[in-house]
Amino acid sequence: MARITYITNTDESITLEAFSGSLMELAVQNGVPGIDGDCGGVCSCATCHVHVAPEYMAIVGEPEEIEMDMLELNDDVDEYSRLGCQVQISEALDGITLTVAR
Amino acid sequence: MMDSPDDKVVCVVGASHAGVTCAFALRREGWPGRIILFDADPELPYHRPPLSKAFLTSELGVEHYLLKPRESYLKDAIELRLGVQVANVQSTERYLTLADGRRQYYEKLVLATGARPCLPPIKGMADAKNVFPLRTAQDITRIREALLVSRQKRVLIIGGGYIGLETAASLRKMGAEVNILEREERILHRVTCPFMSEFFRYTHQNHGVIIETGKQVVAVESSDAQSTLQCSDGSSYQADVIIMGTGVRVNTALGSSAGVEIENGIKVDPTARTSDEHIYSIGDCTFHFNPHYRRYVRLESVQNAIDQAKVAAAAMCGKNVYYDAIPWFWSDQYDIKLQIAGLSQGFDNLVVRKEDREDQFSVWYFKGQELLAVDAVNNAKAYVMGTRLIRDRAIINKEKLADPAVALKSLV
Repeated sequence: MARITYITNTDESITLEAFSGSLMELAVQNGVPGIDGDCGGVCSCATCHVHVAPEYMAIVGEPEEIEMDMLELNDDVDEYSRLGCQVQISEALDGITLTVAR
Repeated sequence: MMDSPDDKVVCVVGASHAGVTCAFALRREGWPGRIILFDADPELPYHRPPLSKAFLTSELGVEHYLLKPRESYLKDAIELRLGVQVANVQSTERYLTLADGRRQYYEKLVLATGARPCLPPIKGMADAKNVFPLRTAQDITRIREALLVSRQKRVLIIGGGYIGLETAASLRKMGAEVNILEREERILHRVTCPFMSEFFRYTHQNHGVIIETGKQVVAVESSDAQSTLQCSDGSSYQADVIIMGTGVRVNTALGSSAGVEIENGIKVDPTARTSDEHIYSIGDCTFHFNPHYRRYVRLESVQNAIDQAKVAAAAMCGKNVYYDAIPWFWSDQYDIKLQIAGLSQGFDNLVVRKEDREDQFSVWYFKGQELLAVDAVNNAKAYVMGTRLIRDRAIINKEKLADPAVALKSLV
């Protein structure tokens, strides 16, 4: 199981627990504001953009080409950006903090 | 018991992408009263795009494709009335009449009634076996069941549009024999250029799908579990399962009963309001003005459903907002991801940009010098850049655009 913390745009901290699924699905299922997942998780809408805490970036890994390109739709993309739908939850992510992009 | 007018009830009819998004957006915008969400479909609201794709090929139930979990509706006090048909709207006194005769008062009404499959009149179709449209989770469950019991798994898809093609790709994955009959001289005739049609025809034929164009089905006859289809040119086809991918009709009946203006759908203003100040309409059923393209359009898309839903919710809560979006769409078939930015209708010239990878390219649609739309195949870069360039009404050097050695970014 992994404990995952989302920091929202209003600086609210929401910690959730999950075994599987994607970071987008977990957020949508629990109504984390700012993560919409409009396309249902097929990397088509870029509405699940999060910034990964730098110390976890090596574990989460770099985005693939299509995700990297889709991230460009957002203005505040940086080297810690990922689309939540493309990151699968596993125990390795336990303790991670994600900041919801603006 | 009727609510009193002081109760500030919003009724949303239609609980798909538009209706559900609108209900939650209303709460977020601070709507103080009750929010009631109606749909004739008994399932908890689900994502529709996966129906022809991941949902069809998986064995999972629709609960894996929910728009929101049940708890979210409870938390935001959104009252679900699922499996409930709304019969008509009495707009002078502002109430809905449900199919069982009960009434529900509204302060604001949102018509998110979407569209229904268009089933062309084909002789014998009403009595034919194993004929399915593809619009609801139940349609998919029935298709899956019919395939499971069919020995030969011969599927005939009538209509070579995106739904038909996505379904064909899914069914091939499931081991079915798939034949598409298209009425026009090429597939995707209504929505894309000949180059794209040819690409998809080639792709599907490589995956073993038989595509035949210029085929007008005129009659069907079933015996046992098998059907025989007759075309106007005298040809005939045998099938165990028939899928109708023949487009949609907009659901405007409730709008008509409310007396709101109807024109190629429910006509709405830039705040998604109809001609009645208490009634809004959102999603596939609306005929709305797109400011970028400076014309009225009707779109079947998740993007439009969501963007209009948010605008309508904000407007009902007294905010100053208006709809202004570049439409976008996507389609997943086999290992191909098609992403579309903008609306290509009215284009008079186009540029095809082929990248180094054979399965990666983009088609750029222009009217004169104005970029209208981009079809990007396995090419999110082109999709993203296209979106920007359309939005900015950028003038593009077409020779550079066609040259894969020139980076898209340098076109800005």
